[in-house]
Amino acid sequence: MTTTSPTPGPRAPRFSRRALLPAAVAGVLVLSACGSSDPLAEDDQSAGSDDGAVTVGSADFPESQIIAELYAGVLRDAGVEATTEPGIGAREAYVSAVEDGSIDLVPDYTGNLLLYVDSESKAASADEIMAELPDALPEGLTVLEPSEAENKDAMVVTQDTADEYSLTSISDMASVCGELVIAGPPEFQERAYGLPGLESKYNCVPESFEPINDGGGSLTVDTLTRGDADVANIFTTTPAIEEQNLVVLEDPENNFIAQQVIPLAAEDRLPEGSEDALNELSSKLTTEDLIELNQAVSGDGAVSPQQAAQKWLEENGYDAA
Amino acid sequence: MNLLSGMWQWLTDPTNWTGTGAIPARMLEHVAYSGVVMLVAVLVAVPLGLLVGHTGRGAGVVIGVSGALRALPTLGLLTLFSLLMGLGLVPPLLALVILAVPPILTATYAGVAEVDPAVKDAAKAQGMTPGQVLGHVEVPLALPVAMGGIRNAALQVIATATVAAYINLGGLGRYLIDGLAVRDYSRMLGSVLLVAVLALAADAVLAALQRAVSSPGIRTSPTEK
Repeated sequence: MTTTSPTPGPRAPRFSRRALLPAAVAGVLVLSACGSSDPLAEDDQSAGSDDGAVTVGSADFPESQIIAELYAGVLRDAGVEATTEPGIGAREAYVSAVEDGSIDLVPDYTGNLLLYVDSESKAASADEIMAELPDALPEGLTVLEPSEAENKDAMVVTQDTADEYSLTSISDMASVCGELVIAGPPEFQERAYGLPGLESKYNCVPESFEPINDGGGSLTVDTLTRGDADVANIFTTTPAIEEQNLVVLEDPENNFIAQQVIPLAAEDRLPEGSEDALNELSSKLTTEDLIELNQAVSGDGAVSPQQAAQKWLEENGYDAA
Repeated sequence: MNLLSGMWQWLTDPTNWTGTGAIPARMLEHVAYSGVVMLVAVLVAVPLGLLVGHTGRGAGVVIGVSGALRALPTLGLLTLFSLLMGLGLVPPLLALVILAVPPILTATYAGVAEVDPAVKDAAKAQGMTPGQVLGHVEVPLALPVAMGGIRNAALQVIATATVAAYINLGGLGRYLIDGLAVRDYSRMLGSVLLVAVLALAADAVLAALQRAVSSPGIRTSPTEK
């Protein structure tokens, strides 16, 4: 069984080396099939489903690895053999890994997955995206039910700022926008969802924008909590949102497109019962869960994604051993 | 080829040359950051280097600490200082001063320490006080080497001052970091060229200065004893 390593090594060689394994297994199976009485009966089987085991891949960041471990856990709980293949790489790498059969299943995010397969799409809300996504996927790929859990860009303020200006959504910002300083990654100045989107969708032009180049990390959060900025662009599953009691502003105009967690799978390669188990997990998982899980794998006393997922599964009544 | 023509387009686009975030303004910011950093670094490192070189005391510590400081990554220091002090000019300038001090310090020390003991003895024999030996003999003889350290530091500071744009400051790094964020490689390449031009220009100015301040007696071969 493949085990999770908390610090994945160099990615490209690791991926290609591992990708060979299922191919080799398939080769052996084909050879052994030749010796049986009816070789043709085995011919159309693909590598991933031969032994009824599911290989769950993940992207190369902790949250994806945690969700992959959750998927593997609920599959085992449902009696399906499952292993994980963590840290495959960026979307280009793991989507083609599903297509070529080296993995059977991978967690993804609805908005970015749709834009990956259809860069022209204008869908923004969760429903719009799910209306387009299944049909936009290439042959052989399928998605299951999306989860309510979401990791997307958001406008975040401190509790004090929210109280001072009575902010609950970005619409509330519009009237006071000229007094607010927004901090975020440099691309926020230019991307469609950034300052241009705030202006066109919410008529919001901030007093100033402070670029902080740490991808919504601790420096950006620090800028917000210190008061150097009033609003920050960070991800909805950032642990600091809970730790610092920050307020995520609602986005009624869908300036930031929905990014629900969703299982991307190879069509017809998931064994009986897998779909129900994964859909049940998706219905249970929340954004708050993701924050807590991200918290568990970062900072002091961090545990591995596998351990964090294990703990969540146990707390939620799964037997994932 | 495409990249180069893109870079050229970016550099020659008139809209990039006027306004608040335009190239002249960014260059001025870049020069200002680098100038302040160099001023502070020279004020810290030159007296310390002279003192250690003149007395010969603490040389091991100074060389050791300088070496250790050189190993500190500026971006790491910037992040650390920003987390400790918040945003503002102090974190990047402090991080850059830490980058600039070691080459100036070691060069000044080496310049003074390498002055021929016989020359110093001769100065003393003529009745010069220790202060006069330092001011009239050691400093003039050490200047070319010390200036070499300052030139070295200036090149590093101008090239590294781009990190100021990692946080919400300006300078030519703004184009580099913003360009990378939106994969605009023409803009990145253009700003890199501007940084290089700035560094070379500064080095030319300092080289002229180095020549001007060198004592005529040692001008032809500044690094020889």
